[in-house]
Amino acid sequence: MDQPILTVHHLSVAFRDRRILHDINLAFEKGKVYAIIGPNGCGKTSLMRTLSRNLKPSAGEVKLRGKNIFRLNTKYVARHIAILSQFNYTMSDVNVRTLVQYGRFAHRKWWSGNSAEDEEKVDWALTTTGMQDLANRKLANLSGGERQRAWIAMSIAQDPEILLLDEPTTFLDISHQLEIMELVTKLNREQGITIVMVLHDINHAARYSDELIVLHDQSVFRRGNPWEILESNVLEDVFRVQADISIDKELGTPIFYAKKVVKS
Amino acid sequence: MARSMNKTGDQNVEGSQVALRDRLAYRLIVIGLLFLAVVGAFFYGNAVGTIKIPFNRILEVLFFDDGSMERLTIWNIRFPRMILGGLVGMNLAIAGALLQGVMSNPLADPSIIGISSGAGLFGIFILVIMPQHMALVPIFAFVGAMSAAIIIYILAWKGGIQPTRIILAGVAVSALFSAGISGMLVFYSDRVHGALTFMNGSLSARSWGEVFTILPYSVIGLLLSLMSSTHMNILILGDDVARGLGLEVEKTRMFCTALAALLAASAVSVVGLLGFVGLIVPHSIRLLIGNDYRFMIPASALLGAALVMLSDTFARTVFSPTEIPVGIVMAVLGAPFFLYLLRR
Repeated sequence: MDQPILTVHHLSVAFRDRRILHDINLAFEKGKVYAIIGPNGCGKTSLMRTLSRNLKPSAGEVKLRGKNIFRLNTKYVARHIAILSQFNYTMSDVNVRTLVQYGRFAHRKWWSGNSAEDEEKVDWALTTTGMQDLANRKLANLSGGERQRAWIAMSIAQDPEILLLDEPTTFLDISHQLEIMELVTKLNREQGITIVMVLHDINHAARYSDELIVLHDQSVFRRGNPWEILESNVLEDVFRVQADISIDKELGTPIFYAKKVVKS
Repeated sequence: MARSMNKTGDQNVEGSQVALRDRLAYRLIVIGLLFLAVVGAFFYGNAVGTIKIPFNRILEVLFFDDGSMERLTIWNIRFPRMILGGLVGMNLAIAGALLQGVMSNPLADPSIIGISSGAGLFGIFILVIMPQHMALVPIFAFVGAMSAAIIIYILAWKGGIQPTRIILAGVAVSALFSAGISGMLVFYSDRVHGALTFMNGSLSARSWGEVFTILPYSVIGLLLSLMSSTHMNILILGDDVARGLGLEVEKTRMFCTALAALLAASAVSVVGLLGFVGLIVPHSIRLLIGNDYRFMIPASALLGAALVMLSDTFARTVFSPTEIPVGIVMAVLGAPFFLYLLRR
């Protein structure tokens, strides 16, 4: 088995005296798909923001191939880890192609323009995400699903080993949700990009990921493959619901159907 | 609430077609026209006034010292004053463009958020306490501008930059420093002459001395801001995204704030509190060519220069022989524009 590329060691984050994450230990292996699930306020987004250096840990470390990401050169980290944030409001009126070109920022010296390799990567990113026909559109004029694909195109133009996605499907309708999930799967299968994503939809998590990480009360409650997690009563405890588990006949993945709230 | 600085009018543009404002040729033509506007403003400003000088004479007396009245007027009065106006306009416009980006607030302008008054307070302090050290004014003004910027950040920071808090903190800081300036001007009215013109910003009676005071800061500021333009483009995508792309967000923000403070402070040191340039100019440029900083910085620099040169010529000639401070002209133009932006 490969050495994990991204590891989290005794990670805690606190804001004043409020604890946001507590003693998290995780290891992400190359080429796998991880889904982080958990109820609102359990620390999912904070964990993603720490993995992407947007929150400073109060204790513990996040290591990229054994080196603390907060100590590494920030452009070096950006060449290995790309992030799609949950909220992407920008005052830039940039068009899609220019946005995707910004993905090459970490690969350039500050004085140099786009190289032929950069352009190749940009075209590839646009084609892969199906954005080539929308390349000259302004970001502000795209639909939610198109905009999300534009941001993903930017992230993969970074040529990362690891792609972090924070609730990539939350504001999208069902067909756009599946479109994004299928795109993510394709990136994982064809490019070998390691995927770590926060998902709201437990069935998406079960269907598209190799491993589920359940966060609860600011710590890792349980981790395991989708069957292990769904068949145990973990989710029913964490989300405080009664649920039925069935099987997707085509894929053999578990399906989670929440029936009602458990009164405590 | 999607915060988009530009209401884009090209909703119907097909994806395959590049929007007009994104076309390189169009952007370069706009920048070329702005350059012509600067040249035009320069000649117009040199030509008009108590002594009218025809255009062909301007070139003649600029290059040949024939001892004539025209030569004296142009060389000692109008030429340096136009150059100074141009540099001041350029500095303030670039400062505004940078501040709007780093503070992610379209209303950030050195005079509105207190950076100019910070510079003014420290500058006047030197003029009052050690008038023999005039040369220190820009440096102290920079310290004042930087302090104002840092105070604003401290007041407005709450887990990130929050646009509304920035403006509120800025207005408070501005009021505080302006009160300080007014206090100084009241107590030491004998030492600071031209208090009114300082408060409003004026180019009256400025000449080569002031040009050489501001010139090095303008040149350095322009070059550094052009070199920062890609970083600015990344920064305005938002802190989290920018960090993910490999930008050192804190360093970039600090550097560009310092750069804006330097540009604004050097302008304040020579003309006083000239408002609205940093607000009007970058916005007009955004409407024209969009907010890619690689084009916005040079275009803002040119429009800022042309605007202040023309406004000053206007201020000097319209009520001739009485000169009004150029700041009053800018306020008359700027206040309605500010309201327009607020209502948009």
